[in-house]
Amino acid sequence: MQKLPDDTILAVSGMTTHFPTEGGEVVRAVEDMDLVLRRGETVAIVGESGSGKSVTCLSILQLIAPPGRVAAGRALLRRKSGEVVDLCALEERALRGVRGDDIAMIFQEPMTSLIPLYTVGDQIAETIEEHLRKPRREAWQMAVDLLRQVGIADPERRAQEYPHTMSGGMRQRVMIAMALSCHPAVLIADEPTTALDVTIQAQILELMRLLKASEAGMSIVFVTHNMGVVAEVADRVVVMYAGRVVESGPVRELFRRPLHPYTRGLLGSIARAGGSRRPGGVRAKLPAIPGNVPNPLELPPGCAFAPRCAMAQPACDAAMPPLALPSPERATRCLRWSEL
Amino acid sequence: MSRTPPLLGVEGLSKTFGGGGFRLFGAARPPIRAVDGVSFAIRRGEVLGLVGESGSGKTTVGRSVLRLTEPSAGRIVFDGEDITKLPKARLRPFRRRMQIVFQDPYASLNPRMRVEDILGEALAIHGLAEGAARAARIAQLLDRVGLPAAHARRYPHEFSGGQRQRIVIARALAVEPEFIVADEPVSALDVSIQAQVINLMAELQADLGLAMLFISHDLSVIEYICDRVVVMYLGRVMEEASVEALFSRPRHPYTEALLAAAPVPDPEVERRRVLLLGDMPSPANPPSGCVFRTRCRYALPACAETRPPLREVAPGHTTACIRDDIL
Repeated sequence: MQKLPDDTILAVSGMTTHFPTEGGEVVRAVEDMDLVLRRGETVAIVGESGSGKSVTCLSILQLIAPPGRVAAGRALLRRKSGEVVDLCALEERALRGVRGDDIAMIFQEPMTSLIPLYTVGDQIAETIEEHLRKPRREAWQMAVDLLRQVGIADPERRAQEYPHTMSGGMRQRVMIAMALSCHPAVLIADEPTTALDVTIQAQILELMRLLKASEAGMSIVFVTHNMGVVAEVADRVVVMYAGRVVESGPVRELFRRPLHPYTRGLLGSIARAGGSRRPGGVRAKLPAIPGNVPNPLELPPGCAFAPRCAMAQPACDAAMPPLALPSPERATRCLRWSEL
Repeated sequence: MSRTPPLLGVEGLSKTFGGGGFRLFGAARPPIRAVDGVSFAIRRGEVLGLVGESGSGKTTVGRSVLRLTEPSAGRIVFDGEDITKLPKARLRPFRRRMQIVFQDPYASLNPRMRVEDILGEALAIHGLAEGAARAARIAQLLDRVGLPAAHARRYPHEFSGGQRQRIVIARALAVEPEFIVADEPVSALDVSIQAQVINLMAELQADLGLAMLFISHDLSVIEYICDRVVVMYLGRVMEEASVEALFSRPRHPYTEALLAAAPVPDPEVERRRVLLLGDMPSPANPPSGCVFRTRCRYALPACAETRPPLREVAPGHTTACIRDDIL
């Protein structure tokens, strides 16, 4: 039996996921990823496109499509039964029992996960029938209750509607209802509000806060590129760049004093309310990170951020900086973190 | 306030999609009023922000102003001339003076053309920088948007998203426009790239004295780059004000809710309140009176009766709300 600290529900270590290309090269989408999720907390994974944040989620659930594969690492999960399993070592059949029951996932675009030919009530009820072995009638009633729980008005009528008749915010609520149907202990949410308008995003974030605060105390991995959303939902933050964790820590400490130049750059380049204009209406320049996001096939041997970093020195290019631990709760992959 | 006439005047602009016509099967669908009686003006060198959620009609306004979409009603006046009904041939000189930058730099560049041909085509259409001068002009344009002149020989796929948006901007600038519609120009870009492109647009706008209609759903970007802001909801203008006034004291309940909903990148800040429940109603069947009233926490019975006109609550600050006692 595998060991996990009592307060921990999910512990990912050394997760490495590769995608071979047709040209015989390898995209190192995720390298040596560590992540700890404690009971009832929300961990945000922040990064830009290609940072590996979505691949991390799919790797945890063992949903990487071949020829991509999880090449190394462990993902220890405490199941509802108390048993601790390594998702990277489970057989597909056992995994199917874990997905939905213990861990559920929601995506950016709910339409890709909903079947257009079935009513939303049918889709949720079917999940319940299959996983919880409930009779049809009871499953349908539970589906309606779930829709009510995620804030859908008139759930009896809505349950009989098809996904395409619903707004984006409504569909995302349906997805969350479906994810909740088997009472998972862990919810993995991959950019769940990115496609939504800001007032609808606020509603969904509020809903996720309520889920976390409920007696079940759901633990959430929340993937986003938006630092504003991170500030609102996260207890702890993991920042990824070019497939690697570059920094992690509690949200307040990380915003107050980022210990990686990339995190500092991201926080600095947000057009901030009020702070942008000098008297007389002249705009101060936004502090932007220069350069471009690196090509995943041409990653340098050293720090992938070094080519864009004002603090880079020769040692940064020579070899990948190790993960430094400035405090028990914080980690940074920067040689010069103490100067930040 | 200056008394010079605006560069662009939009008066009572409406755009209706669908509806009417002959249908063989089923009932005719009701027409959708995407834009309903929108008016605003932009002075030379001024950046007007157009903010609203999906379905607010902001993109349709941007396209109508350039006559990429034909308005159903209202007037577009550019530099003193009514261009609403101008035939294509007479519209061409205006097309040179008005350009557009779209959200998606992947979709707006022809993948089969080199950068020099993309920029060259824009120059050729309007007979600018002919012969030997053209290559020099292209190099100058690339330099202006922060790309090396050597990149003129490359194809769009060889560039990152941010670089492509720079090329789109260079193409818009090629014809020396006075006015640019920028429709969500940074929304498709990575966060670390957005600031670069916003800086570039702000710099070009100031250096060239461009007037801009800047369309965005991102309030922080709007606040950074705009002088004045028009807030739209369900095809109508809810509020218009200077950027300072709008952000410090919104006077319309929808603007208040929109500002409250924007996530604040500071974990120390008290959590925002969710002021808006439910979804935007269908534009095919908008509520009577004030279109926002069905989601407004201040709504009164009177709000359902007549469409509230825009009224001035401070110099240059108008709101389409009948209540004076709330905000």
